[in-house]
Amino acid sequence: MCLGIPGRLTELNAGHEHLARVDVNGVSRLINVGLLEDEGLCIGDWVLIHVGFAMSKIDEDEAQRAFEGLQLMGQAYTDELQAMAESRVT
Amino acid sequence: MKYVDEYRDPAAARVLVERITALAGADGFKFMEVCGGHTHTIYRHGIEHVLPANVELVHGPGCPVCVIPMGRVDDAIAVAETPGVTFTSFGDMMRVPGGNGSLLEAKARGADVRFVYSPLDALKLAADNPDRQVVFFAVGFETTAPSTAVTLLRAKELAITNFSVFCNHVTIVPPIKAILESPDLRLDGFLGPGHVSTVVGNRPYRFVPAQYGKPIVTAGFEPLDILQAIVMLLTQIRDGRCEVENQYTRVVRDEGNPKALQVMADVFELRPHFEWRGLGFISQSALKLNDAFAAFDAELRFDIPNVRVADPKACQCGEVLKGVIRPWECKVFGTACTPETPIGTCMVSSEGACAAYYNFGRLHREAAITLGRRPGASVSA
Repeated sequence: MCLGIPGRLTELNAGHEHLARVDVNGVSRLINVGLLEDEGLCIGDWVLIHVGFAMSKIDEDEAQRAFEGLQLMGQAYTDELQAMAESRVT
Repeated sequence: MKYVDEYRDPAAARVLVERITALAGADGFKFMEVCGGHTHTIYRHGIEHVLPANVELVHGPGCPVCVIPMGRVDDAIAVAETPGVTFTSFGDMMRVPGGNGSLLEAKARGADVRFVYSPLDALKLAADNPDRQVVFFAVGFETTAPSTAVTLLRAKELAITNFSVFCNHVTIVPPIKAILESPDLRLDGFLGPGHVSTVVGNRPYRFVPAQYGKPIVTAGFEPLDILQAIVMLLTQIRDGRCEVENQYTRVVRDEGNPKALQVMADVFELRPHFEWRGLGFISQSALKLNDAFAAFDAELRFDIPNVRVADPKACQCGEVLKGVIRPWECKVFGTACTPETPIGTCMVSSEGACAAYYNFGRLHREAAITLGRRPGASVSA
């Protein structure tokens, strides 16, 4: 729940103004980006995702670090990814 | 220093450990990591074993699943077992035992309990099932509270009336204050939480140096981040400074996320007091839905038993959460209480100190001796 998962924006306005599509480690998911509406998000930007919401904009280096750290967490990370894959955020 | 070889940049880690050793000298230091994510990193990467023996890390109350008292779990189960209710929860909360079993056990008894990744998933369930009362079990610090707030704003906008929230969101500053007031523990400083601070920023921690004379450094989640933050804490102390500093500038800004703070202010208000496992009642430490969102408040919509339930006698989660004892010092750690059959919350969540230690703890000598003294204990973790 508290894991921040890095994802890269692939589509903005995906249904409504606060919905965006991200690529998370090869899996495409919808997330809510409303909390970063003042950040001027662009396609290709990296964000840290918590429970279906982009909570902070990060750079590619940080995304890579976060991703490597999460992989080391093992089960907790795979559970979170699995949960995210089954999510139906709208 | 074998663990260091596994770090992303072993050379940098060695330099940091040398600096920590030099800065600490012969004096003893005790720093608390507030955040459960940090606890996980510390155990996963054996950071305790690379630090000099006189620099000690103490685990704090920053695991939101761990601090929910048993009575609130029972309240959740009572709502979940109400006819017509579909009860939704983050996976972490499903196995947390209350006085009357866990949500998972309620599900096995026939209650419609579902695990969701996001509060928006719960809202979608409500929209798709207008004949069901869908309740979301909201837990977490300021990391997840804005998500619940946005979900409620959306529910109102879409006029989804069969959705409500059983709100158990807590805030980070009051437990830090409670620990600073606690006579049990003498700390020399804090590693501030990383993700919570992306929302609240660094300013709310100013009271820690100003009122209590302790330094606090907001830290990231890599082993190098933790080591760097310890260097920053020790440097402050040796320089005679006492400040809020930010090691995790890659992600955390001083002002936090103003939009997230705004949506929380739009939807929530502070409860007069809230019970924390291990810390007892702390005033103004948790959030409830404000009057404008009362129609979505599960505590007003359903009969909540609201009964206080004492922790099982054998369980010492309270002491673990306050940093008074280490996980392996609990009498039931690894024997009666394991991740498969948890007695206390700290053994359930991956961010709980006991689960992190059980899963990753390479038992060092002291712990092995402690465990070995207990009848029937096996030293195999």
